Amino acid sequence: MTRTQPDRGPLPGTGTGAHTSPLLHVRDLRVEFRTRDGVATAVDGVSFAVEAGETLAVLGESGSGKSVTAQAVMGILDSPPGRVTGGRILFDGRDLLKVSAEERRSVRGARMAMIFQDALSALNPVVSVGRQLGEMFQVHRGASRKDAWAKAVELMERVRIPAARARAGDYPHQFSGGMRQRIMIAMALALEPELIIADEPTTALDVTVQAQVMDLLADLQSEYRMGLILITHDLGVVADVADRIAVMYAGRIVETAPVGDLYRAPAHPYTRGLLDSIPRLDQKGQQLNAVKGLPPSLLSVPPGCSFHPRCPAVRPVCHADEPPLYEAGAGRASACHFWKELLDDECAE
Amino acid sequence: MAERAPESPSAPGEPTAVTGDAPAGAPAGSGTEAAVGAAGLAPAPATDPAAPPSAPQEPAPGERARSLWSDAWHDLRRNPVFIVSALLILFLVLISLWPGLIATRNPLSCRLDRSLDPASPGHWFGFDAQGCDVYTRVVHGARTSVTVGVCATLGVAAAGSVLGGLAGFFGGWWDALISRLTDIFFGIPIMLGGLVFLSMTGSRSVWTVVAFIVLLGWPQIARIARGSVISAKQNDYVLAARALGAGNARMLVRHILPNAVAPVIVTATIALGTYIALEATLSYLGVGLQPPTVSWGADISDASQGMQFRNAPHILLYPAAALSLTVLAFIMLGDAVRDALDPKLR
Amino acid sequence: MTSAPSESPAPAGPAPHGPREAILEARDLVKHYPLTQGVVIKRQVGAVKAVDGVSFELRRGETLGIVGESGCGKSTVAKLVTSLEAPTSGSIRFKGEDVTRLSGRARKALRRNIQMVFQDPYTSLNPRMTVGDIVGEPFDIHPEAAPKGERRRRVRELLDVVGLNPEYVNRYPHQFSGGQRQRIGIARGLALRPEIIVADEPVSALDVSVQAQVVNLMERLQDEFDLSYIFIAHDLSVVRHISDRVGVMYLGKLVETGTESEIYEHPTHPYTQALLSAVPVPDPAAEAGRARIVLDGDVPSPANPPSGCRFRTRCWKADERCAKEEPPLLVPGAGPAEGPARHPSACHYAEEKARIVPE
Repeated sequence: MTRTQPDRGPLPGTGTGAHTSPLLHVRDLRVEFRTRDGVATAVDGVSFAVEAGETLAVLGESGSGKSVTAQAVMGILDSPPGRVTGGRILFDGRDLLKVSAEERRSVRGARMAMIFQDALSALNPVVSVGRQLGEMFQVHRGASRKDAWAKAVELMERVRIPAARARAGDYPHQFSGGMRQRIMIAMALALEPELIIADEPTTALDVTVQAQVMDLLADLQSEYRMGLILITHDLGVVADVADRIAVMYAGRIVETAPVGDLYRAPAHPYTRGLLDSIPRLDQKGQQLNAVKGLPPSLLSVPPGCSFHPRCPAVRPVCHADEPPLYEAGAGRASACHFWKELLDDECAE
Repeated sequence: MAERAPESPSAPGEPTAVTGDAPAGAPAGSGTEAAVGAAGLAPAPATDPAAPPSAPQEPAPGERARSLWSDAWHDLRRNPVFIVSALLILFLVLISLWPGLIATRNPLSCRLDRSLDPASPGHWFGFDAQGCDVYTRVVHGARTSVTVGVCATLGVAAAGSVLGGLAGFFGGWWDALISRLTDIFFGIPIMLGGLVFLSMTGSRSVWTVVAFIVLLGWPQIARIARGSVISAKQNDYVLAARALGAGNARMLVRHILPNAVAPVIVTATIALGTYIALEATLSYLGVGLQPPTVSWGADISDASQGMQFRNAPHILLYPAAALSLTVLAFIMLGDAVRDALDPKLR
Repeated sequence: MTSAPSESPAPAGPAPHGPREAILEARDLVKHYPLTQGVVIKRQVGAVKAVDGVSFELRRGETLGIVGESGCGKSTVAKLVTSLEAPTSGSIRFKGEDVTRLSGRARKALRRNIQMVFQDPYTSLNPRMTVGDIVGEPFDIHPEAAPKGERRRRVRELLDVVGLNPEYVNRYPHQFSGGQRQRIGIARGLALRPEIIVADEPVSALDVSVQAQVVNLMERLQDEFDLSYIFIAHDLSVVRHISDRVGVMYLGKLVETGTESEIYEHPTHPYTQALLSAVPVPDPAAEAGRARIVLDGDVPSPANPPSGCRFRTRCWKADERCAKEEPPLLVPGAGPAEGPARHPSACHYAEEKARIVPE
C-alpha cells in the first residue's frame, strides 16, 4: 500500500526533452479538501511535465481532480478548504510551493496564465474590455493609459476579434460567447506567459465556435512557443491539438501517452472504456459499450486500484495492490497491473 | 445488450457515490440506514435484459412511504434544539393563558413603600419603581407580549407570503401592482406611521397594535417571498410538473412553497422579537398599550427611564431576560424547522 | 394505456421495414416572443423569432433527432411539442388531432401521451420530494392512470425498469449522482406510459462514462415500450447514434432533414457540412484526412435574422440570390436523380461535399 514514492527517479512518460529541464515539472502533488464528512484527497500523487511549446491534455471526468491540479499549479486553490499537502511544482527550475507569496504572485499572470470555462463570470462586467486588457500592462508593465489602450486593441486584433478598435470600448455582455472566450485568451496572452493553463476552454461554446477557438489557441501557442495545459473531459477536442495526454481518475493519473498512441491503443482499461463508450460521428454503432458504475467518491476511494469496481478485466490482485505508474513503452505509462496484456490484446485485434 | 441495474450499489451498506468537481459536496449515506438496511433484504436486480421487468418485491413490512413533512417531523422529534425551544414556547403559551398558575398575586396591586426593593423571600425578582412585584408583572406581561409577537408575526408572514408569493408566481400585472404597493408601505417610517395611525384610534387594545404591525410589516416578508418564489419557479422541476399536467395549486403547494419557505421562516422568527420591542416603544411614546395593560415592553421602557436601573438592575433585568428568552426560543424553533425541511442537511 | 410495465407486451422486435404511420405532425410551427419596452404601458418593439416555420413528422417507434447550436430554437420546439408553450401559429397534430387548440381537460389528457425528459438532472427534480413522490407524482395528477393501492408498486417497478434499486423510494435527489438522477427523470417520464418522449439534451450534463449508460437505457426502453422519441441535442455524435431521422436547425428553421445516413454521410446544406466538419473525432488518424470548414463569425440574433437565407452571413457560397430569395426546405432540383443526397435541404446551391466526416 505504499504508493507515493517521492523521487522515484526520472518519471516515465514525462516528455522527450530529457536533456533540458522541462518548463513545468509537477512531482507527486497532493491536494486535500477538508469537508464536513472527512478529508477528501482530490489530487493524490500526481506527476507530469510540460515542455515549452508542448501541449499536454489532462483528461478526466468531474471529480477526477483535473481542475484542482490546475488550480494548485496556478496557485489559486480555494483554501480553505483545499490545501496542498505534498509534492513539488517546479516552474523553470524553482519550486513554486516554497517561494514567497509575493514571488508567486509575480509569476501568476506574467509567466503563467489561465483561461477559464466561463468567460462571462471571469470578466468584470462593469469595465470595458479594452480597459480590462490594458490594465494588465498598466499594472505589470507600468504602461501609460494611452499605451495600454493601444496594446489592448492590438491584442484584440491578435485574437481575431473583428473591428477591434471599435469594440474595445464595449462591455463583456455585449460580446458573444465565442468572442468573450477570445478576450479571455487575449488577457492570458497579454504578458506573453511561458505557460497557459486552459480549464475546459470550449465546453460552454457551440461546435462551430469551439473549432474557431481551438484553432486560434493552437496557432497562438506555436507562434509564442508556450507550454499549454489543456484540461478537458472531451476526448474529441484534444485529439488533434494535444501532443500528450494524461488521463486522470479519482485524483490520480492512470495513463499518460503521446496522443496518437493513446487513441490507437490505450494501455489502461479506463481509457479504453471511455473511448469505447462515446458515440462517434463517423460510426453508427449498435450499442454503446458503457463503462459500468459510477466514479467513486473522493471521500472513499476504493482500495487497491481505484478503478477496480468498474473494470471489466478486474482480477483479485486489483482489489488489494495499488498499481504504480508502470512505464509502458516509449514515453508511455499506465497504472494498470495488466497494461502489457491490454496492449498485446489490442495489437492482436 | 442493455445493462439492467448498473447503478444500484452492488453491496448493501455501500454509500451512495458522491460526484461533483468540488469534493466539498455533501456526501450522502447519512441518515439512510433504514433504506440501506432494507436494501440488504432486496433480491438482486434482474440481470437478464430479455426478460420482462421482474415485479419488485412488495415493500418490506414496517416500511412506509415517506414525504418531506413526515421526514421533517421525524427529524424534529430528535433535534434537541427543537425540543428545548418547543418546551419553552409551550411554557410561554401556558402562562399567557393562565398566569395564575405560577403567579398568584395581582400585578396591579403595588405598594409604593417597597419601591425598588431588591429580591426577598416570596418576591424573588424584587420590586419596581411603583412598588409592584416584578415577578408577578413578568408572568402577567407574557400574555400581551407573546400575543403581540406571535399574532403580529403570523399576520405579517401570512399577508406577506400570500401577496409576495402571488406577485412572484403570476408576475405581470399582479407583480407590478403588489410590488409598487410594497414600495409604498416600505417607505413609511414605522415610528412616524405609529404616531399618526395609532394616535387617531381612540381606545387601543392589543389587537389594534397587532393590526398596525401587520399593516406596516408585511412588505418585508412580501419582498422575500416574492424573490424566493421567483427563484424556485425557474427550476426545471416546476416545468416538469407542468409538463405532467399539474395545475397552479399543485405547483404552488408541492413544488414552490417547500422550496421558497426557508427565508420566510428565518426572517419572520427574527422579526418576532422586534415586534415585541416595537410594542414597547409605541407604548413608551404613548401610542401603544395604555396602563393598566401589563407588558414586558412597557416594563422595560419604564425601567429604562431616569436611570433607575443603575441602583436597581433587577427592574430591567427580568423583563428583558424574559423577552430575550422568548425571542431566542422562536429563532431556535425557526432554525430547526428550516433545517428539517432541507433534506440535504439530514 | 394503463397496463403496468410488467404487463407490457413482449419487447417489440426490430422495427418493421418501411415507414410506420406518423404519430405526430408539426406544420409551419412559429413561436415569436414579443420584445417590449416600457414599464407600465408596454409596447411591442419587435419579436425574437425563436421558431419560424418548422414542419416535421414523427413516426411511431422511431427517434427523430434535432440538432443545432444554442439559440437555434430546438429547445423551443421541445416546449411547443409538450404544450409547455403555445405556438404563435401553426399546428401540431397528435394522431390527427390538432393539440394546439385543446384546452383544459383535453390538454391534460394529451399530456399523458407526450412526456419530457429534461437536460439538467440537478434542477429538474424537486430537492424536497422523495424519489417515490417524484416518480409517483404523475399518478397524483392523473388519478385515472393507476388505482390508489397500485401506485406504490408501480413506482417501484418504474425504478426497477430504469435500473435503480426500488428500495430507494424514500431517498432524496441529492443522494444520487447525475446519471442516477437522470434515470429518475426518465422513470417519471415513463410513469404515464406515454407514446412520445421529448428529450431535451438528456445526456449533455452527464459525465462521459455515464452518458453511454443513459443512452443505452433510452434505447432499451424504446424497444420495450414502443416509444417514439424526439431527441434534441447539440452533440452530433450522440444524435447520430440514437436517431433514425435527423433535422438540422439554424436560427429558428430546419435547414436539412433526412435519415441518419443521408445527413451524416451525404449532407448537402453548407451549414450541416460546417457543423459536421467542426465536430472533433477522438481519433487523430481519422482527423488528419478530414476537410475542415471553419465558419466565420457568430450566429445572428434571432430578433433580427438576415433576409433571404438565414445562413448567408456565414456561408461561403452565398450570393445575391441568397439575400433575396429564401430557399425552401425541398429536395434539390439539380444533382443526381437518385441516391442518398436526394433529401430535403434548404439551400439554393445544395451539393454534397467530400470528407466532411472521416470515412
